[in-house]
Amino acid sequence: MSDPILVTENLEKRFGGVVAASEISLSLYPGETVAVIGSNGAGKTTFVNMVTGYLKPSSGTIRFRGRDITGSSPRKTAQAGIRRSFQISQIFPQLTALENMMMAEIAAADGKGGLRATALTDTRMKTGRAVLDRFGLSQHADARVGTLPQGVKKQLDIAMAAIDDPALILLDEPTSGVSVDEKIEMMERVIEPLKADDATLLFIEHDMDIVTRFAERTVAFYEGKILSDGPTAEVLADTEVRRYVIGGVHA
Amino acid sequence: MMKTDFRREPLYIAILAGLLILGFFLPSWLRFLLQTAMAGGLVAVGVSLQMRAGLVNFGQGLYYALGGYAVGMLAAQAGITDIFLLLIAAVVVSTVAGVILGLLLSRYREIFYAMLSLAVSMILYGLLVKAAWLGSTDGFNIPSLSYLGWTPSRAVRPDVYYITTAILTVLACLATARYLTSGAGMLCEAVAENEIRLEYLGANPRKVAFIVIVVAAALSGLGGGLLAMSTGHVDPLMTNWTTSGGFVFVALLAGRGSTIAPMIGFFLLELVRNYALDLAPNAWQMILGAVMLMVILLLPEGLWSLVERRRKA
Repeated sequence: MSDPILVTENLEKRFGGVVAASEISLSLYPGETVAVIGSNGAGKTTFVNMVTGYLKPSSGTIRFRGRDITGSSPRKTAQAGIRRSFQISQIFPQLTALENMMMAEIAAADGKGGLRATALTDTRMKTGRAVLDRFGLSQHADARVGTLPQGVKKQLDIAMAAIDDPALILLDEPTSGVSVDEKIEMMERVIEPLKADDATLLFIEHDMDIVTRFAERTVAFYEGKILSDGPTAEVLADTEVRRYVIGGVHA
Repeated sequence: MMKTDFRREPLYIAILAGLLILGFFLPSWLRFLLQTAMAGGLVAVGVSLQMRAGLVNFGQGLYYALGGYAVGMLAAQAGITDIFLLLIAAVVVSTVAGVILGLLLSRYREIFYAMLSLAVSMILYGLLVKAAWLGSTDGFNIPSLSYLGWTPSRAVRPDVYYITTAILTVLACLATARYLTSGAGMLCEAVAENEIRLEYLGANPRKVAFIVIVVAAALSGLGGGLLAMSTGHVDPLMTNWTTSGGFVFVALLAGRGSTIAPMIGFFLLELVRNYALDLAPNAWQMILGAVMLMVILLLPEGLWSLVERRRKA
């Protein structure tokens, strides 16, 4: 197998006496799609927040493409090629979907907010529309996004994370807030275009049907630690995972 | 309707230029009003630029006064009378102040930004009021200025001042339009709406805020310099909170769709104020207030929304 794109070693995050995550050693390989499962408070989002730089790990290291990025700011990790989407969609509500995409592009192109180049170019608008199209959002291109349905906002959030072809995309509960019937369809809509870019994907998910369907590999978190890590079918069949993570419904 | 689309701006600025050429033939009192409105309008443009980034500056008069006093002090005390040198000095002084304050203020948002900018401007006000050598509250007069060695006679001076103001205003609008279409200009809206997202996309919201503060400072300094040239007088009221509040009001009244909106808004407001004063010397504020109220109620997005509505239709 090729070299891992992301390696974390013994990551730990404490908030005072509370240990939110500990002994997190994980390697992600290029092109993988990995699901992260675990009950509330298991440390899933803490892990994503540490990798993207929102939280500084109390100890341990994070290496991305061989470079140590432990404690880098969200801006630095984004520039390095790690992008994320959010559990509650983080978009620019007063702007149109197309403008949202262009903001993402401008931010990626000149992270410092360059004064020189004209930002609103035809090429950029074309790229923005093309990405919206890939994510099946083109009919909303000229709508102010604040008024769009929740599911569309989440799709847009993910589409923004996909701008600039990042090497690693972390999706924090991409289907939360979306109705049960629409979950699979929504995942299909966002996973397909992301896979087409050869990006490494990691998504946090509570719905085991979605995990089974979309992830080759699954990492189960329990009380801040990794309980099990391996091919999805094996992890989901694991007795401990069944007892602590999946719970009675599936047991 | 895209809020960040300023590609039509050159057209609007051309229209402004046309109006300013027509303005040359206005009766002299009205033309002078237009001239001072351009100076103040530049400051209002600065305020409205910052509003795009969610920053309401209640102390923009600071840079206005710095520009004005730079021109006044260099002319009256250092004996430099060349208008171009003086205006360059006005822009440089206000830009430097903008850089220094920008480093501090770009960390703050919302009410904190508004109050801090207000506080700094009132510190300058306090200093100027106390400075007897600068005429305290009365300010001081500025000697007549020269143009690359030529001192226009009293008869043509108003014409020359008007033309200078108009040309520099149009150039400043073009520069602002250029800024609005740059990455730093476009990201302002994103800073106002969701800074966290912007960080996760790889941009630096503080830098975007810093740049808009500096751009607004430079514009306001030019406005202050032009006012000093036009009126031949500067006083501390330029940096009083009432003046700064007026700029905020014009920015709201005019709307943010174009750089020329604050220019036109400032002129219309001055016009209303003038006629109100003429009509009811003791109750003119009431007329002005009623007009403002009506604009807010009927056009909550500002006067420029009339133009935008037409475009949509």
